[in-house]
Amino acid sequence: MNYLKEFTKGFIKENPLLVLALGMCPSLAVTTSAINGLGMGVASTFVLFMSNMLVALLKNVIPNKVRIPAFIVIIATFVTIVDLTMNAFLPDLYKALGIFIPLIVVNCIILGRAEAFAQKNNVLVSMLDGLGMGLGFTMAIFTVGSIREILGNGSFFNVKFVTEDASTVLLFIMPPGAFITLGYIMMLMNKLKSKLY
Amino acid sequence: MQKLASTLPNMVLSLTTISVVMALALSFVYQKTKGPIERSKQAKITNAIAEVLPEFDNNPVEDKLSVEGEKVIVYRATKNGEWVGSAVKTYTDKGFSGEFILMVGFLPDGSIYNISVIEQKETPGLGTKMGESKFKDQFKQKNPEKNNLTVKKDGGEIDAITASTITSRAFCDAVSRAYEAFKKGGAQ
Amino acid sequence: MDIVNIIILALLVNNVVLAQFLGICPFLGVSQKISTSFGMGAAVVFVMTIANLFTYLIFNFVLATFHIQFMQTITFILVIASLVQIVEIILKKVSPPLYQALGIYLPLITTNCAVLGTAIIAITQNYNLVESLVYAISTGLGFTLALLLMAGIREQLELTGVPKAMRGFPITLITAGMLSLAFMGFAGLVK
Repeated sequence: MNYLKEFTKGFIKENPLLVLALGMCPSLAVTTSAINGLGMGVASTFVLFMSNMLVALLKNVIPNKVRIPAFIVIIATFVTIVDLTMNAFLPDLYKALGIFIPLIVVNCIILGRAEAFAQKNNVLVSMLDGLGMGLGFTMAIFTVGSIREILGNGSFFNVKFVTEDASTVLLFIMPPGAFITLGYIMMLMNKLKSKLY
Repeated sequence: MQKLASTLPNMVLSLTTISVVMALALSFVYQKTKGPIERSKQAKITNAIAEVLPEFDNNPVEDKLSVEGEKVIVYRATKNGEWVGSAVKTYTDKGFSGEFILMVGFLPDGSIYNISVIEQKETPGLGTKMGESKFKDQFKQKNPEKNNLTVKKDGGEIDAITASTITSRAFCDAVSRAYEAFKKGGAQ
Repeated sequence: MDIVNIIILALLVNNVVLAQFLGICPFLGVSQKISTSFGMGAAVVFVMTIANLFTYLIFNFVLATFHIQFMQTITFILVIASLVQIVEIILKKVSPPLYQALGIYLPLITTNCAVLGTAIIAITQNYNLVESLVYAISTGLGFTLALLLMAGIREQLELTGVPKAMRGFPITLITAGMLSLAFMGFAGLVK
């Protein structure tokens, strides 16, 4: 088994958001700024990494017929841990991400990796898979957030680079902008993939 | 190790064990984060009070009067025992995305010293501009008794945020609610 | 907040898909045909309403009683997953035609974040039982509305020559963006 390949496949070739189209809801909803995108990406990566590790570790003591509820319990636990920790130490980011923190639990990427990968593979490679997929997701959602913040608010990481009164393309920060930005990024990704592979 | 077969005892045992272990892990994290969550909530209130009032030396959080349950609270600030102003935690449910919470600081004569946004979920780039000085500084030094603090469309003297009249109106609503509370509970 | 407001907000102004971004996966996945959109929409309205009923009761009478609100996420997702299973079994026994119509969509609903999202929002907004149920039904109908509109457009889109790189998700997302833009026009309906 090629460890490097398992780690890097989530970056471009099997990018969970841009190629597999998983985890759409948070990628559209919270990406009004670069920092929100990054925060959501990191939170999801943590859950994905931990749940992949635990599922791979426990795969033999979980009977086949109850595996989905077992996975859900595991994932929901890590989501709640992230929820409580962010509420305590990053209250502003927690408020900004809002309901989409508990909703990490239904992010198809996480249950999908548990079901399709971690329950069939050893712990180390499952951890690499979780981390790689998580990073791929983080990069994608961070890109969406950056584009929307730069075009829609004229700032990057809350640092304004236009004057206070300058008009920005507000559309990008509003809901339609989310769909349009992600649509065009996925189109570019299609182009890139057809060139690369 | 062989994978456990899907027999009933196995399934029940495995699921129960996982649930119990996970519930224990969660209650551990809950206990650990309970304090910090409470503290960060408190810090938000104290920071907002300090932002909207002139210098004071008491602890206004201990000298509070709730006018409308937890939603509208008047915090009294004093310096060397003398009353320097009151901060009012106020809310409106007329925002574009529902409720938002403000802290409005009044001087003893009833004029507004400063306003701080505590919690909001308005549209980023539009309604969120209410926190920027261009909008909220219009309220500074105004007295709701003498000035008509509503948006110009409603005959008042406040310039609404571009494309966010709903948010601007809601902001005025929260401020007038704060003033009512200030009159009721701030002056004694 | 009164009932009419809740309905208009959930159905149009804060449309669950086009403004709140919940349930995007089924929105993109099951919106190829108008007929399947109806099935999916009906199944979501059904499950959402039952889920809100149960999560409301469990939150207020179990979690709040024992002060373990931090278990909310884990309890809700388990309740929804089991409800979907139970609904599937009951439908199969009681009403085979309905099962035929909705059956294939039910398993997809467990991971539909709109169901969990609606349950959590109803709790955070402090809705009472009636408001919570009205909210669930209108949200479900809002989901169905968005799904039907999208399906109608996509059936037409099939016949046009979309550039290769744009086919599939990109053009669907951009179309959804246009729909979302149109729905922003409803903003003035309330207040």
